Amino acid sequence: MKKYTYTEKKDTRSGFGAGLHEAGKKNENVVALCADLVGSLKMDAFIKDFPERFTQVGIAEANMIGIAAGMTIGGKIPFTGTFANFSTGRVYDQIRQSVAYSNKNVKICASHAGLTLGEDGATHQILEDIGLMKMLPGMVVINPCDYNQTKAATLAIAEYEGPVYLRFGRPVIPVFTDPDQKFEIGKAWMVNEGTDVTIIATGHMVWKAIEAGEKLAELGIDAEIINIHTIKPLDDEAILTSVKKTGCVVTCEEHNKFGGLGESVARLLTTELPTPQEFVATNDTFGESGTPDQLMSKYGLDAINIVEAAQKVIGRKK
Amino acid sequence: MKHTIKELEDIASQIRRDIVRMVHGCQSGHPGGSLGCADFFTALYFEVLNHNKDFTMDGIGEDLFFLSNGHISPVWYSTLAHAGYFDKSELATFRKLDSRLQGHPTTHEHLPGIRVASGSLGQGMSVAIGAALTKRLNKDNSYVFTLHGDGELQEGQNWEAAMFAPFHELDRLICSVDYNGQQIDGPTKKVLSLDSLQAKFEAFGWHVINTDGNDMQSIVEGLHYAKTLTGKGKPILNLMSTQMGAGVDYMMGSHKWHGTAPNDEQLALALAQLPETLGDY
Repeated sequence: MKKYTYTEKKDTRSGFGAGLHEAGKKNENVVALCADLVGSLKMDAFIKDFPERFTQVGIAEANMIGIAAGMTIGGKIPFTGTFANFSTGRVYDQIRQSVAYSNKNVKICASHAGLTLGEDGATHQILEDIGLMKMLPGMVVINPCDYNQTKAATLAIAEYEGPVYLRFGRPVIPVFTDPDQKFEIGKAWMVNEGTDVTIIATGHMVWKAIEAGEKLAELGIDAEIINIHTIKPLDDEAILTSVKKTGCVVTCEEHNKFGGLGESVARLLTTELPTPQEFVATNDTFGESGTPDQLMSKYGLDAINIVEAAQKVIGRKK
Repeated sequence: MKHTIKELEDIASQIRRDIVRMVHGCQSGHPGGSLGCADFFTALYFEVLNHNKDFTMDGIGEDLFFLSNGHISPVWYSTLAHAGYFDKSELATFRKLDSRLQGHPTTHEHLPGIRVASGSLGQGMSVAIGAALTKRLNKDNSYVFTLHGDGELQEGQNWEAAMFAPFHELDRLICSVDYNGQQIDGPTKKVLSLDSLQAKFEAFGWHVINTDGNDMQSIVEGLHYAKTLTGKGKPILNLMSTQMGAGVDYMMGSHKWHGTAPNDEQLALALAQLPETLGDY
């Protein structure tokens, strides 16, 4: 197992804020909108340097999505910012008609996704957003795994032409990816090469997959770990190549197992290479109040759950 | 004036013929609101709007128009064809398989003249605001026009937008309301009363003007006047009284022709009331 270390912990939303600021410096057409959550979305640096390119919309997310769609007409590249719940479920039809169907170059940037939002509870902990967004034709769906990857993803989507959903979160987590990485939309990152089981993880679950890989190594199991940061378009080739070698797969995501990354992987494997698969994900449930660590543990999203799923799926291999 | 009132009325008559023939041709669509707004579309595209039939999505240096109540697409398609955006023969494909003239307007099939999809109601004002903000950033002093159904104003997103536009002093935004008092299930007064739209928009900080949307002189003058109101920090709302089905006597004033197509006999009756002025497609 390749050794991963970190010297600091940061939140992925701060990676977004840093990426947005840098994207703003690189391209004067980058504009930002927020629905009364500037601090939470870490947009302060962008607003300080480019006040005329920032629009405070107030608590009116539907209007924000429509305005963003309109701002593309004339060449702007709008980044909208609010919590993941208010970025997707609340404004699904606005995204569907004014952004996706209209093929507008809008970047929907969503913080506080998943259980790790913590104490605010289930009203704010969306676990369905990946499913909602990936079903929209033409929508790119990205869920990066740490500060550096989120910053790189933010810069990459500014240069991509078309609608994108970028999902990130609130908790501080290890920063373990390369600060100078080149982020390629739709291209998986090989975290660790192995032969016994393929662990596919996205977002906050990637670090947990690394922890699980270390525990599995102690048990004599050689896990291949792949980071799928782009859930759509899915890197079919990376997944199939790995699964041909290992013969089984565990998918890991901070999202409902209905509609998430796991289902996208299952759809690919069912049609191309039927393979035993286990899902580390929430199981058709809402969340609740608690600390992020407590919630990840209670809802089965810890490294130990990945270890157990790997052992189980290896046992299912023919 | 680029045209006389009589010339504009003649264009509107042809657009009305196109509308009833298009809706008859596919036996679906929305003739009532389309007929009611034929004069507005004619005034806008042939007299008021500074636009280029060689269509670009970005529309730099041009006035833009957004149709929020997308179901009255027949009147827009016919207007765009007569304004030279595409050949009027294409009107015959309305709502048929593989057509660029979808039931509701869309950019998806790349029909020149359309800049955003509409149909699911209540989204057009927000999009127009976004386009106006970009024009401001681009130092482009053109205008942004919209049209909304009155029933459509029951959608809450409109009021988010209505609060935003005056706060940001978008005084080159000119929104018109097709104030016909009808919606699918009946008169708006019975379904969900809009009460005083003038008082509501004025309370939100808009400059409200009133026009007769089926009187060419009134609508042309009203839209020209609206453009002179810029510089005062207020977006403009044109409350435009119309008759649903205007120009076809048996369709007028009733919600029953909101979304119903005429049969062969009804088509002949309608066409007999609408002089062919520019040639049928």
